Amino acid sequence: MITDRSPFARAGQYLALLCYLVFLAFPLLWLVSTAFKSPQELGSVDAEWLPRHPSLDSFAAAFEQQPLVRSALNSLVVASCAAALSVAVAVPAAYVMVRYRSVVGRAATGWILVSQMFPFVLVIIPLFLVLKSFHLVNSLSGLILVYVVWNLPFALWMLQGYVRAVPASLEEAAAIDGCGRLRTLRSVVLPLLTPGVVATVMFSFVTAWNEFFFALVLLKSPEKQTMSVILTHFIGAEGAADLGPLAAAALMATLPSLLFFALLQRRLVSGVLSGAVKG
Amino acid sequence: MRRRDFLTAAAGSAGAAGATALLGGCAGSADGASGPLQYLSLAWQKESIEVNKALVAAWNEHNPSARVRYVQGSWESVHDQLLTSFEGGEAPDVIHDEANDLTDFAHGGYLADLRPLLPPDLKRQISRANWDTATIEGGVYGVPFLHDPRVLVANRKLLQRSGARTPTVQRPWSWEEFEDVAKELTVRGRTYGVAWSMKEPVNQSVNLTLSTGGAVFHRERGKDVIRFDEPDSAVAELIHRQVNTDRTAARSSLGMAGSDTLPGFFAGRYAILPLNFSFRQQVRQQAPDGFEWVTLPMPAGRGAPGGGQLQGVSPQTLSVAQDTSRKKAAMAFIAFMTRPDHMARLAKGDWLVPAGTEALRDPALDTAEHGWRTGLRIASDLRASPVLGVRGYPEWKDKVATPAFQEYYAGSIGLRALRAKLVDDGNRILARYQR
Repeated sequence: MITDRSPFARAGQYLALLCYLVFLAFPLLWLVSTAFKSPQELGSVDAEWLPRHPSLDSFAAAFEQQPLVRSALNSLVVASCAAALSVAVAVPAAYVMVRYRSVVGRAATGWILVSQMFPFVLVIIPLFLVLKSFHLVNSLSGLILVYVVWNLPFALWMLQGYVRAVPASLEEAAAIDGCGRLRTLRSVVLPLLTPGVVATVMFSFVTAWNEFFFALVLLKSPEKQTMSVILTHFIGAEGAADLGPLAAAALMATLPSLLFFALLQRRLVSGVLSGAVKG
Repeated sequence: MRRRDFLTAAAGSAGAAGATALLGGCAGSADGASGPLQYLSLAWQKESIEVNKALVAAWNEHNPSARVRYVQGSWESVHDQLLTSFEGGEAPDVIHDEANDLTDFAHGGYLADLRPLLPPDLKRQISRANWDTATIEGGVYGVPFLHDPRVLVANRKLLQRSGARTPTVQRPWSWEEFEDVAKELTVRGRTYGVAWSMKEPVNQSVNLTLSTGGAVFHRERGKDVIRFDEPDSAVAELIHRQVNTDRTAARSSLGMAGSDTLPGFFAGRYAILPLNFSFRQQVRQQAPDGFEWVTLPMPAGRGAPGGGQLQGVSPQTLSVAQDTSRKKAAMAFIAFMTRPDHMARLAKGDWLVPAGTEALRDPALDTAEHGWRTGLRIASDLRASPVLGVRGYPEWKDKVATPAFQEYYAGSIGLRALRAKLVDDGNRILARYQR
C-alpha cells in the first residue's frame, strides 16, 4: 500500500503539481516568448519556445505606437484607489453584518448575491447616464467609483467569512480589560483580519487593473485611458493583430499585477498564521 | 424621480466618503460646444496612426477656431463604445467606422444625414457606386474613403512551377480556372492549393456572390429578403468542393483568421490565400527573406454582370454625429481628411484602396510593388455589399449564418440544409425588423 510517506507518492504529487504549474504558466511563458520574437519568427510555422534572435523591437514599437506609460499610470491610480476604498468600506460593513444580525444585515446579504447576477451590458447605459449627470463620465474618479461599487459585494462576501472566524470571546475579553468598541476593533479584530484585508485588496486591485468594458465606455480622452483599453488598439479589423507589439504591451500590463501579488502574498500567509495562533 | 433621488443620495454618500475628493484633479471637464471637435479614429497600423495625427495637426494649425482632438478607438469595441456614447449623448463629433456598422446607428437617428453638408468637390471625387455604400434609405450617413477588398495572395515560385497562367485584372481567372489551378498546386501531404480563412465566413461568402450574379440579400416589394439560389451559392459550393471533395483547400484553415494562415503560407503549405487587401502589410512584415509573393485579383464568374469581377465591399467611413452642434465644422474636417492627396496618404498608411477617383491616380500608390496596382485596378469593380443597409443583418450573421456556413464548409451539412438555415431562419429574423 502506498502511503503519504512513500517516495513514489511524493514524486507523483510533485509531478502532478509540476504539470499543473506548467499548464497555468503556459500562456504567460508563451507571451514572454512572443514579445521577444521578430516579425519573421512570428510568421514561422515552426513555433519555437525560445526566440532565435531575441529582440526588443516589439517593445520599442509598442511604446512608440501607444501611450503605454501614461495608461499604466492611469491603471495604477484607478486600481490602487479602487482597492483602498473598497477595503475601507467593506471592512466595517462586513463587521457590522456579522456581529449585528438584523433584518438589514440579511437584506444586505441578499443584495450581495443578487448584485452578482447583473451582467455589465445590462447596467452600462443607465450607469453612463447617472455618471454623466454627476459630470463623472471621462474622469478617473468616476471610474474608481464604479469599480468600488462593482467590487464591493464580493469584497463584503469575502470579508464576512474572515470576520466570522474571529472568536467573539476575544472581543469580550478585550471589553472586560476595558477596551472600548473602536479600540477593540482597531487593536484586536483588525490585526486578525489582515489576511482577509490583504485578499480583498488583491482581489479589488487585480479586478480593477484588468477591467476593460467600463473603462472603454466611460473614458474618452486618450490621456485618461487605462492599459486594458490601450491594448485593444493593437488589433485591427477582422481580427488582424500587430502580434509582437501586442504581446510586448500585454506582458507589461501583466507585470504590475504580478508584482503587487508578490509583495502582498507574504502578508497574506503571515496573517493566516497569526490568526491561527491567536485563534 | 425616486430612483434618481436615490442615485443622487448614493453618489452624495460616496462623495462624502472621499472618493471624488481624493481624485478631484482627475475629473474631466465636460467638453461642450466650445471645446475641440472629437475625432474618433480607428487607425491601428503605425503608419496610419502617424498619418492621421499629422493630418489632424495640419488641420489644427490652419483652423484654430475649429480645432480637432484625435481620439484613438479600436475596431474590436467600436460598436459598443459608440452605442453607449450615443445613448448617453456624449458621442464624438466625427466618427471613423465601417459602412456595415452604420445601418442601426442611422436608423436610430444617431448619425447626421450628410447630403446638405457635402461640399461639391467631395461629392464629385467619389463615385456613385461608392456613395451607395453609405446611403441608407435615401440618406447619406458617411463618407466612404477606404476599401479593403478581397484579393488572392499567392506564392510566386509555386505558381510559376505549376505552369499556371498568372491572372491580371484585365484577364482574371474564372472560378473554374481557379479550381483547376488549385488542383495543379496541390501536392498531397505537402501543399494545399488554397487556404480559405473562414473564422468569420459570412461577409466574404456574401460579398463574393456578386461575382457570380448573386447577392443573397435581395429587395422585393420594398422589403429585404434572403435567397440562396444558384448564383448566390456558386462560390460557397466551390469552397465546399475544394475542402471536402477535391481536397485542394486546407480543412484546418476553416477555423482560422487571415493572420493565422500566414505561417503556413510562408512555409509553402498553402500556395494561395484569399485575403483582404490590407493583409499585404503583414505578409511584407512577416515574410522570410527571399520569399516571393504576388497579389492577384479574385476569380471572376462567367456570364455575370460586370464581367464577373464585381465584389461587395463595406468601406471605412467618416460620419458626423447627429447630436453635435458643429456639423459644418465636422464636415469641413472630413472634407479635409478626404482630400485626394490626404486620402491617398491614409490609404497608403493602412495598405487599403482609396475610394476617391483622384486618390486612385496618386503616383505614390500606382506601383507594382506589394501588389498596390492590383488593388487600384479592381477599385472600379467594387460595389456596395448586399448586406449594407439591411436591418437585422448582424443578428442573422451571428445567430444563423456564421454557424451555418462553418458547418457547410466543414462538410457537416449539405447545401439544402445550409439553404434552409440561411433562408428560412434568416427571413424570420429580417421580418421582425421590417414590421
